[in-house]
Amino acid sequence: MASPAVELKLTAKDFKSDQEVRWCPGCGDYSILAAMQRFMPELGIPREKTVFISGIGCSSRFPYYMNTYGMHSIHGRAPAIATGLSASRPDLSVWVVTGDGDALSIGGNHLIHALRRNVNLKILLFNNRIYGLTKGQYSPTSELGKITKSTPAGSADSPFNPLSLALGAEASFVARTIDSDAKHLQSVLRAAAQHEGSAFVEIYQNCNIFNDGAFELIKDPSTRDDHLIRLEQGQPITFGSEGQFSVVHPAGGFGLSVRDSTSIGNESPVVHDATVDDPAYAFALSRLSGSDLSTTPIGVFRDVRRPTYDQILQKQLEDAKAEATGTPDEMLDSLLNAADTWTIM
Amino acid sequence: MTNVGRPIDVRTPPGRRPLEVEIVAAGAKRVEQLDRVVIRFAGDSGDGMQLTGDRFTSETAQLGNDISTLPNFPAEIRAPAGTLPGVSSFQVHFADYDILTPGDAPNVLVAMNPAALKANLSDLPSGADLIVNTDEFTKRNLAKVGYATNPLEDGSLDGYAVHPVALTSMTVGALADHGVSKKDAERAKNMFALGLLSWMYSRPFESTIRFLERKFAKRPDLVAANKAAFNAGWSFGETTEDFAVRYEIKPAKMLPGTYRNITGNQALALGLVAAGVRSKLPVFLGAYPITPASDILHELSKHKKFGITTMQAEDEIAAIGAALGASYGGALGVTTTSGPGVALKGETISLAIALELPLVVVDVQRAGPSTGMPTKTEQADLNMALYGRHGEAPLAVIAPKSPSDCFHAAIEAARIALTYRTPVILLSDNYVANGSEPWLLPEAGELPDLSVEFAAAPNGDDGRFLPYLRDPSTMARPWAIPGTPGLEHRIGGLEKADKTGDISYDPANHEFMVRTRAARIEAIEVPDIEVEDPDAENGDGQGSKVLVLGWGSTYGPIGAACRALRQRGLPIAQAHLRHLAPLPGNLGEVLKAYDKVVIPEMNLGQLAHVIRAKYLVDAVPFNQISGLPFTAATLESMLEDVVKNG
Repeated sequence: MASPAVELKLTAKDFKSDQEVRWCPGCGDYSILAAMQRFMPELGIPREKTVFISGIGCSSRFPYYMNTYGMHSIHGRAPAIATGLSASRPDLSVWVVTGDGDALSIGGNHLIHALRRNVNLKILLFNNRIYGLTKGQYSPTSELGKITKSTPAGSADSPFNPLSLALGAEASFVARTIDSDAKHLQSVLRAAAQHEGSAFVEIYQNCNIFNDGAFELIKDPSTRDDHLIRLEQGQPITFGSEGQFSVVHPAGGFGLSVRDSTSIGNESPVVHDATVDDPAYAFALSRLSGSDLSTTPIGVFRDVRRPTYDQILQKQLEDAKAEATGTPDEMLDSLLNAADTWTIM
Repeated sequence: MTNVGRPIDVRTPPGRRPLEVEIVAAGAKRVEQLDRVVIRFAGDSGDGMQLTGDRFTSETAQLGNDISTLPNFPAEIRAPAGTLPGVSSFQVHFADYDILTPGDAPNVLVAMNPAALKANLSDLPSGADLIVNTDEFTKRNLAKVGYATNPLEDGSLDGYAVHPVALTSMTVGALADHGVSKKDAERAKNMFALGLLSWMYSRPFESTIRFLERKFAKRPDLVAANKAAFNAGWSFGETTEDFAVRYEIKPAKMLPGTYRNITGNQALALGLVAAGVRSKLPVFLGAYPITPASDILHELSKHKKFGITTMQAEDEIAAIGAALGASYGGALGVTTTSGPGVALKGETISLAIALELPLVVVDVQRAGPSTGMPTKTEQADLNMALYGRHGEAPLAVIAPKSPSDCFHAAIEAARIALTYRTPVILLSDNYVANGSEPWLLPEAGELPDLSVEFAAAPNGDDGRFLPYLRDPSTMARPWAIPGTPGLEHRIGGLEKADKTGDISYDPANHEFMVRTRAARIEAIEVPDIEVEDPDAENGDGQGSKVLVLGWGSTYGPIGAACRALRQRGLPIAQAHLRHLAPLPGNLGEVLKAYDKVVIPEMNLGQLAHVIRAKYLVDAVPFNQISGLPFTAATLESMLEDVVKNG
């Protein structure tokens, strides 16, 4: 980001728009919105330099409730629209708010290409594993066999793992967090905001109407500690109510595995490092979690630096402009004449 | 064709003047003066016919003739060599007066192989010159295209002035000492052909020599070889007895000024550069490669010093999405495509209509439906441009009438988009996009001033910002770009309340907004349509009773047909639409002033439907959907029938 940050005295209230919030009572989106409004002041970016762009779906109403610039666009296309804005206005902080249907079904193509280009966008994917706004069809993150209005006999297609997909698309920043954990949510948003380039954040979000309790295993205090893996930079990856599980890299294997800490023998827990350049590590981490959530890492999986699309385009423009001479009209005249011309007297 | 805005003397079309023949001491060759010539270069896709035609055109432009060109090539990059689907051709029409079309039938056909001969012979009038590369008329090549006997020997070409030339072997012979491979030597045969034709028509060759030096800058051996091939062709013409006559075509009387030859796609790209300069806005082009629009992307990508960003997007939808995002941020957002791409962009165009942001959508039409014939022309996207969206989604539509007019049409599209904050569809087509003509270069400082003002302060009485409070003179809403303090607001595809832009499901508000969106497009100021009708005022009751109404690229053939009819004493009026939405305010009056209105289109009557519905005029459609432009002769004979028989 061409650092729009300045000294400002803003509060969460400054980021609340005058629009009535119209999500269902109890929706996980409320807590994400509140966390975002509390978090924005600390970025120090003026409200007018902040833009939220969304697609279509419940989560995509988000921009209406932020007192910044915002566009509620069309289904799946927010990353494309945001790319044009970010590439032409590097002075702005551009956020994309999307859902599992918006980003991974109809908009899958734009998502992967925005990540591949490393456009300077913060992409927040609210994943509730269901279509809420259209009243309860299965989504591309719903578990295989999901019984919904459109799949009374169970869905026949396997879900995407959004983080694996993002990593496969060369994302330079990939993280996961949960709607109900405000502190963790804000820490991930902070890391995303500080990242130069595309930051992809999956937020597990509860749809209490059509898919209630989808993430209960990792939210319920009585079960979560044995299933939730909190990734912390530089720390060994262990979890469990008694710290009884470790994530290890088994000799001869390609990926990572969860082992009982008492029986890992010579193997030691992997020490988390999101800055590892080889995406294979973050990919292996992303594969620990499946539909059943039994071992689910949250936190920043990958955070590496590579040139952003915006920077490369701006550099090309600046280099070209540096060679320009004369007024724009003079430049245009010489361009029009830059061919085999002839003159009639 | 002539440049835009240049007055055409419709009373004195030159027709066929008697040839002036004079003997000049140019070797032993006679020199004949001609007023116009149509040459068609035809060969295999790999024979370099487009380049040869392009070079001949450039030489001809240098001489000051008026020119019009028509490239015609297959969609396949390299169809199997020597086959009919692989034939590529380039027709150039040049004259000592202003011309409107690339010519109906060639006076000279250069056929580089049997396939090129077979594919083009039916267009050649008897007596025309036919230059044939005899080296390619082998048994195998003849069989490939179904010639049972060699047409060069079986008498089937007796009606033409056949010039058999061993083009390939003479080129290879001429380059024997140049140390280039046999393959490279053979490839230079198009330069031999160009040299021969350049001699035949007394073209200046300096620009071709410069071109070769540029093109092969890294291969001096190829520069030398191609120059030698060109010279060999020229000398062959000068020495062989087969070419007894050399021709000259005097410069056309054109308006004073500096000219260049330009294709429609080039002109359109330069028009977008000019729109950026004259609006002082950065131009952002989002595009996905598609024939025949890609050349606009290629051209614009070269002009970054003007602050132009080009993005090759992942698909057509992303291309327009990014352009719209850039417009939202204060750029002139542009997307360029062809019909299939416009179909994909439809939902985003509707969003732009709802958001009321400037956006230029260029559709270089090609023959459809589906993939259709990607390198052939058609005007069948008019309905899609006017109506091809969900909901009531009106926008402005304009169409250029000739290659150089694409420059001015692009500026006009940008003017409407920026002034009225609306998407504009610019309907070019393959015929104008790839055709070329001389262009009288405008002065940048005399182009329209497209400056815009962004909103800078709240516009509501209570200090609030109202994103949908309209400017009463243009009905446009404020363009408040991110980064402007105090104007933070949210917009979207959901229906908006008048003035505040807040989400609204109120029935009366929706009705109001739908009608407002329609009214604001209708209120766009467009110039009146002009009628070219030299016989209108003759006062003897014998004036024009028939009006031909056209739009877009049919301007040239319609104009040529009208001139020919007038020359024969048949009065006829011509009017041509640039603005298709909104239509010019005087159009109804113009239509009703004639007994008969004829509308030729390269579709099944799309404009005719609009005219009949809107003006209750019994317009007569005349339609051709062959992938090729109308010939002037086709229109002349159709219009003659209407003028004589009503």
